[in-house]
Amino acid sequence: MILKGRVWKFGDNIDTDIIIPAQYLAHTDPKVLGEHCMEPLRPGFNKEVRQGDIIVGGLNFGCGSSREHAPIAISALGIPLVIAKTFARIFYRNAFNKGLALLEADIIDLVDEGEEIEVDISSGTIKCNKKVVEAKPIPPFMEELINHGGLVKYLKKKLEEQNERI
Amino acid sequence: MGMTITEKILAAHTEKDFVEPGEIIDAKIDLVLANDITAPLSIEEFEKVGAKKVFDPEKVVFVLDHFTPNKDVISAGNCKRIREFSKAYGISHCYEGGECGIEHALLPEQGLVVPGDVVIGADSHTCTYGAVGAFSTGMGSTDITYGMVMGRIWFKVPESIKFNCFGNWQKWVTGKDLILHIIGMIGVDGALYAAMEFSGEAITALSMDSRFAIANMAIEAGGKNGIFEVDEKTLAFIAGRGKRPHTIYRSDKDASYKEVHEIDVTGIGLKVACPSLPSNVKDVGELGNVAIDQVVIGSCTNGRMEDLEAAAQILKGKRVAKDVRCIVIPATPTIYREALKRGFFEVFLDAGCIISPPTCGPCLGGHMGILAKGERAVATTNRNFIGRMGHTESEVYLSGAAVAAASAIKGRIAHPDEVM
Repeated sequence: MILKGRVWKFGDNIDTDIIIPAQYLAHTDPKVLGEHCMEPLRPGFNKEVRQGDIIVGGLNFGCGSSREHAPIAISALGIPLVIAKTFARIFYRNAFNKGLALLEADIIDLVDEGEEIEVDISSGTIKCNKKVVEAKPIPPFMEELINHGGLVKYLKKKLEEQNERI
Repeated sequence: MGMTITEKILAAHTEKDFVEPGEIIDAKIDLVLANDITAPLSIEEFEKVGAKKVFDPEKVVFVLDHFTPNKDVISAGNCKRIREFSKAYGISHCYEGGECGIEHALLPEQGLVVPGDVVIGADSHTCTYGAVGAFSTGMGSTDITYGMVMGRIWFKVPESIKFNCFGNWQKWVTGKDLILHIIGMIGVDGALYAAMEFSGEAITALSMDSRFAIANMAIEAGGKNGIFEVDEKTLAFIAGRGKRPHTIYRSDKDASYKEVHEIDVTGIGLKVACPSLPSNVKDVGELGNVAIDQVVIGSCTNGRMEDLEAAAQILKGKRVAKDVRCIVIPATPTIYREALKRGFFEVFLDAGCIISPPTCGPCLGGHMGILAKGERAVATTNRNFIGRMGHTESEVYLSGAAVAAASAIKGRIAHPDEVM
C-alpha cells in the first residue's frame, strides 16, 4: 500500500500524556479523543491536520502509559502512519492492534515540516524530498497480525475455530 | 546456555523447555488486570468479538482506582459498566468503594500475584509485580481483551539487563532514589523492550516496599518488566497472602545479559527527577531554591507504609508551609488503616496535610490535586511529563517520600536534614 501525506514533525520521547492528556481518558469516543490529540505541545493540532497526514517522530515515540486512547486519537484525525526512530513497546503493540501503521526509520532530520512524503507500507520504502530511506522491516509476527486484520479479528477467528471444535 | 528468571518464567508458561530473547511465544497467563480507564475499551472489544465468557473469572481483575471516587458523570458511567460486566461474567475480583486501593499496591497485598506468575495488565505500571518474582507487564486494552478471552497472550521474549547493586544505603535513601538514579543513568529508553533484573547485596537489604517502587518504574526506562529474585523477605511477604501456589525461579550463572551494570549504592544520595522526563535526575542538593505549590505523597510507586512512615517521621511536630497543599494518599485501605492505627494521620493532620482516599487521582492529572498554570509540585509519583498533573505550564518534580515531606515543610525542594 502506498501512502502520500504531509509531514508533522515531533521530537524524541513523545509521551502518551502529550498524545492524549489523561483528563480526557474517561472518553472512549474516537472523535472526542482526536480533538485533544497532541494538545499540550500543539493546541489545535486537530484543526490543522488533514486526512492522510503523517507524523514523524524521533526516539521512544509513545512512551508512558498503556492507554490505547493514544493510537485511537491519532487515527481519529485520519493519520494512517507514524514514522519514528524507535517506539515505546506498549504503544507499538497498541498501534498495530488498533490499525495504526508504524514504521521504524530515522528520517526526522531529513524531512521538513509540511513536506509531502511517499511511503510504501509493505516494503518500508520512504521517499523524502532529500533521500529515499528504507524503514526497518515489520517483524513477521506483526505482519501476520496485520494480514489477519488486527488482533480483534484474529481473536474472532480463534473463537470461531474453538466453536467449530465444540 | 542458561536462562534468566524472566526467560525461565516465560518458558514455564509455554510448552517449551527453553526460550531465548527475540523469540515470539504464545504463553499462558495467570492473571489479567484492567482499571476504570482501560477496562471500558477492553469490554467494548470483548463485545465486538462476540466472546461468551472470560477464560477464568477468578483470574480477571478490575480495579476502579484512577478516576475514583468517581470524578464526573462519564467516569461514573465507566465504573457502572465495569461493575455490570463483572456481575454478568462472574468476575469476583472487581475492586471499588471501600475495597479499592491503587491496583499495583492492592494486587500483591491481596495475594493475587505470587512468585513465578505471568501477569498482564492494561496499565503500564503492571511491571510492579516483578518485586515478588513474577513476570508482569503492561499492555493496551485490546491485548487485555485477548488475554481475558484466551487465557494466553503473545510475547517477544525480552533481552535482560542486570543491575548488580552493592554497598551501604545512606540515611533516607530508598528504592525510589535507586531507580531514579538508574533512569538518569540509562535514559527513558535505556531498557527499551528489555527486562530489568535487580540483584546484589544492596537489593537483599531493601524492604519489599522499596522493591515495589523500583519494579514499578522499570517502564520509565522503557523496560518490559522489572524483576527480583525471591528471598526471605519475599517469602515473608507472600506468607499468609498468596491465593495460589507459587514457584521460585533463579537466573542461571551462565544466563546471558544484554548489559550488566555494577552499582555502588553507597554513593547514591536523595534524588529528584526534574521536569519533564523521569531521566532528568539531579541530587537534591544541586537544585537551589525551587519553590513549590503542592506535594503529593502517594501513588502505585510510593504510597506504601515505608513511604508514609518516612513522611510521618519528618512531618511530626512540624507544619506544612503556608500556601503549600500537601496531599497524602495511602495506596490501599489496609495501608490506610495501618497508618491510622500507628498515629500517622494525627501527625499529618497536625502538620496541615490533606488525607485522600486511595486513588491514582493527581498522579495523572485526573482529580484530587490538579495544578494550575505556573504551579509546581513535588510528587512521589512516577511521571513528570508536560502537563502530567494538570495545566500544560505546570511542573512536577519526582522524589521519594522523605524529600517530598521535607519540601512540604520548607515550601521549596528540600533535603530532610534541613528540617530534622
